[in-house]
Amino acid sequence: MISQIYRHSREGGKPACFDVWCALKSWVPAFAGMTAMILVATSANAHDVYVSNEKDNSITVFDSNTFEVKKTLKVGKRPRGITFSKDHKLLYICASDSDAVQIMDVATGEVIDDLPSGEDPETFALSPDNRTLFIANEDNAVTTVVDVVDKKVLAQIDVGVEPEGMAVSHDAKTAITTSETSNMVHWIDTGTLKQTATTLVGQRPRSVQFSSDDKLLWVSAEIGGTLHVLDTATQQEVKQIKFKIKNVARDKIQPVGIQLTKDGKYAFVALGPANHVAVVDAKTYEVIKYILVGKRVWQLAFTPEEDKLFTTNGVSGDVTVIDVATLEALHSVKVGRYPWGVAVLPTQ
Amino acid sequence: MKAFGLVVLVVLMMCEVAIAQTSKPVAILYAEQPVERPPSLSGLSPVPDDLGLRGAELATAQNEGAGKFTGLHFSLNSVLAKPGESLAVLLAAQKDLPRAIIINAPADELLKVADLPVMKDKLLFNVALRDENLREEECRPNVLHTLPSRAMLADALAQFMRQKRWENWLLLPGPTPADLAFNDALKNAAEKFGFTISAEKPWSLEGDMRETAGTEIPLITQGTDYDVVMVSDESNDFGPLIAYNTDLPRPVAGTHGLEATGWSGVIEPWGAVQLQNDFVALAKRPMREVDYAAYIAARAVGEAALRIDASNPKALRDYIMSEDLNLSAYKGRGVTFRRWNGQMRQPIHLVTKETQVAVAPFEEFLHEFTDLDTLGRDKPETRCTKFPEALQ
Repeated sequence: MISQIYRHSREGGKPACFDVWCALKSWVPAFAGMTAMILVATSANAHDVYVSNEKDNSITVFDSNTFEVKKTLKVGKRPRGITFSKDHKLLYICASDSDAVQIMDVATGEVIDDLPSGEDPETFALSPDNRTLFIANEDNAVTTVVDVVDKKVLAQIDVGVEPEGMAVSHDAKTAITTSETSNMVHWIDTGTLKQTATTLVGQRPRSVQFSSDDKLLWVSAEIGGTLHVLDTATQQEVKQIKFKIKNVARDKIQPVGIQLTKDGKYAFVALGPANHVAVVDAKTYEVIKYILVGKRVWQLAFTPEEDKLFTTNGVSGDVTVIDVATLEALHSVKVGRYPWGVAVLPTQ
Repeated sequence: MKAFGLVVLVVLMMCEVAIAQTSKPVAILYAEQPVERPPSLSGLSPVPDDLGLRGAELATAQNEGAGKFTGLHFSLNSVLAKPGESLAVLLAAQKDLPRAIIINAPADELLKVADLPVMKDKLLFNVALRDENLREEECRPNVLHTLPSRAMLADALAQFMRQKRWENWLLLPGPTPADLAFNDALKNAAEKFGFTISAEKPWSLEGDMRETAGTEIPLITQGTDYDVVMVSDESNDFGPLIAYNTDLPRPVAGTHGLEATGWSGVIEPWGAVQLQNDFVALAKRPMREVDYAAYIAARAVGEAALRIDASNPKALRDYIMSEDLNLSAYKGRGVTFRRWNGQMRQPIHLVTKETQVAVAPFEEFLHEFTDLDTLGRDKPETRCTKFPEALQ
């Protein structure tokens, strides 16, 4: 029966543009004009966008308005998660294959120290106290809690297999780890540093984000293809969101990075090899739009004004810039190999 | 670890959360009938004695990693028959067989086990046999297959060749029934995807060819033009000698060269590096296809136990056979089981000894329900009539 259903690869000629990198190339003239307009409109707030390149052991820094690459910084092996200290003087880097969380002095761009991190740190979340760092140790099925001032391990907490997503609530009371292989959300009390609850979610949970009022927790499940919204009071699911994109196979839709706007309006969800970012109405849970971006879109970060969203695209080796007001892709910035993490340094 | 008898592997993972007194046991049995393998010309990479078992062990550790938070306690026991003993006889004498049993045994023994009255409400996982007829004419409703069938592997190669437009194939089958079965699967794939067989040259040479391959193999591979040589040598006897010795400068694929497989130690994407490293730490060797098949079978049971009451045989079967399983498998997409014959649908990896070259199915091959069903025997073609789920 298959022989009647499949079509041969070459019969229809070359496929049309399916990804933004390819599409952007053909739109260059139009973009030059658009970019110039945007420059005029927003040049007051130029920030530095930091992107970790997993397969280049480096961090690319580019300007959030001109999109020009300003510098490339050498860091440890296999850098993945990155986050700034709350005063933006330091950048913490998960250098997974160096088994270290590195500390970079943002002013000089130099790695000045390592934190005791446990083996194979993949991602982390810094508490609003600017002092307690929760690190997912993928190899060891533990979450390591580190005091970044004393550079001391406060606790190692057993979690499920292959811990991945990390978040700390805005009130600093709850930390979350997801475990990719155990398909669980682990709730950790930041006072006792003990696990208080687990919630089963879809296959391969990746990212987690608290809503700005801490009432809801958003969790992406990569292989499940689902987004789970949990009530933080009961740890129970209140909504499960599924995605559907025309001409994209259902199992290519693999939710990874999540970013929520502070005003509670939108949730942006990176959909991995579907090469799209979904825009979800954070109140009705309806999917409003799918924005075409680069290949294998991974993590997301906003500018401080939340007027732009940056997406790391692992396979195409670039970052797509999304305009939050219009929900359109604006530009594509070439970075290193396998861009993974992204964090924005505000104008200082 | 490969001692005869019942070996109890209690998987202990360091954990703070004490296993509560109410913790519910979930047992999986690994049952093996060792086979005598024909001697191979190459002294390198022999088939490991613990092939399969190690995969089930790794999955049990992972299952326990989740189970400890939910009051489940996973254990893996194993029964290994001695040469001359029958696995079916051993299993028939076992008391308290668990619901899920992983079987690594030859086809006749697998069927004897499956047909035991005590196995009626059990779920057996074939992790070692690629035979088409076990999934078709000789299918059993209590036997699922996590190892890909030969048709799935051959179709994966054919889809790749279609992309490359390597239209003309030279077939080079070995003499064993397994070799001939794979060669037949290649011929079926050639017909299904529209390729031409330039010639078929059965391998008939005996003795150690390693000294004379450079003069003998050009003779075998001359006299016709072809785009690719398709080798069928499942026992790894002469396959390694073909590449670079053919009369025409052509690539080699099949069981050697570009190899189609359910798993290989060279696969890296989709978080697979983590699985590969964990396996090497446990087994001190790379993970092979049969290890993976046993691994994913035990993971399917573990995942079901987290979400339903696995002590209820119907609930366990229903969950594993459902779309809801959608098990994360380090293959870039979730895996499920075909409801008409119990075959696990999965991406097929095309690999060399060093790297993954491509993954089937390819985007161009569309399907009404899931493109994974463009690989192997699809529902309309199946001859298996024993699966109750096929009717739903």
